[in-house]
Amino acid sequence: MKAAIIVFPGSNCELDTYHVLKNVIKDDVSLIWHTHAKSLDEFDYIILPGGFSYGDHLRAGVIAAYSPIMKEVKRQAKEGKLILGICNGFQILVEAKLLEGALLRNSSLRFICKWVNLKVENNNTPFTKRIKIPSIRLPIAHNEGRYYVDEDTLSYMNKRGRIIFRYCDDKGEVSEKSNPNGSIQNIAGVSNYEGNILGLMPHPERASEKILSPYKTDHGKLIFESMRWWLRNGNS
Amino acid sequence: MGNYKVEVLIENKPKLRDPEGETIHKELLLKGGYNMVKEVRTGKMIRIVLEAENGLEAENLVRKLCDELRIYNPLVSSLRIKLVEAS
Repeated sequence: MKAAIIVFPGSNCELDTYHVLKNVIKDDVSLIWHTHAKSLDEFDYIILPGGFSYGDHLRAGVIAAYSPIMKEVKRQAKEGKLILGICNGFQILVEAKLLEGALLRNSSLRFICKWVNLKVENNNTPFTKRIKIPSIRLPIAHNEGRYYVDEDTLSYMNKRGRIIFRYCDDKGEVSEKSNPNGSIQNIAGVSNYEGNILGLMPHPERASEKILSPYKTDHGKLIFESMRWWLRNGNS
Repeated sequence: MGNYKVEVLIENKPKLRDPEGETIHKELLLKGGYNMVKEVRTGKMIRIVLEAENGLEAENLVRKLCDELRIYNPLVSSLRIKLVEAS
């Protein structure tokens, strides 16, 4: 599979993502600078990596959302290409209006960097199809991760299975205590109605090799493997 | 044409919590003895100097650019625009 990782000024997780896709998943990966105004047709999927695009100025992700490449990303999104936004990539997708909602400053007003448990709310998506366990462990590292969306949209997203991950505890219980940043309904990751775009605050690329996990887990890999499986097999 | 200074004030909508305002209120003002303070909300101010025919046009242009280029996120924030200086 051919992957494009979009790099913005201030992205800083693109090389971790590149490493995992190239050496763990063994896909053909390209780093694409954000001023690239050409077609992304040749790629099977697109990743917007984490970091601090444009220093988070004005609002995390908003300036990158107007980068030249985002026109093409939007075109690809409409055509159904798989697009994954990780952390700052999620913030960019929200600011580009490819995903619903907003990511506000953590309710603790602190940058949070820790491992969390995520309940997999829908494992019949291109990004979760290969996840056969009820919850996964991934690290988060963000200052603006408090997901918010208005009630009507939220209830529609719930009904349509568009809430993909929720912060939970070790036992898989979703509770206020397991909510690290004050996100509405503990939401950690959402997709669009068509299902081809996922944004999540946790970092799967930092959790795709057992040696990098204090729990000896590699659950992040399951997300990338799901995408690859979906591209090969579709929804079958 | 003249230069106009316009201030843009961005605040979280009232239904959204503002943890920074809450901290200033509880941890600084109330603890500092200002018990008469009932609420604190924080926001962001952006001052824009631009060329326009008149003050009204300056305000309208600023409103347009705020809406078009998402200077604020209408889902969570409200916007106030105020002309502060004409030269």
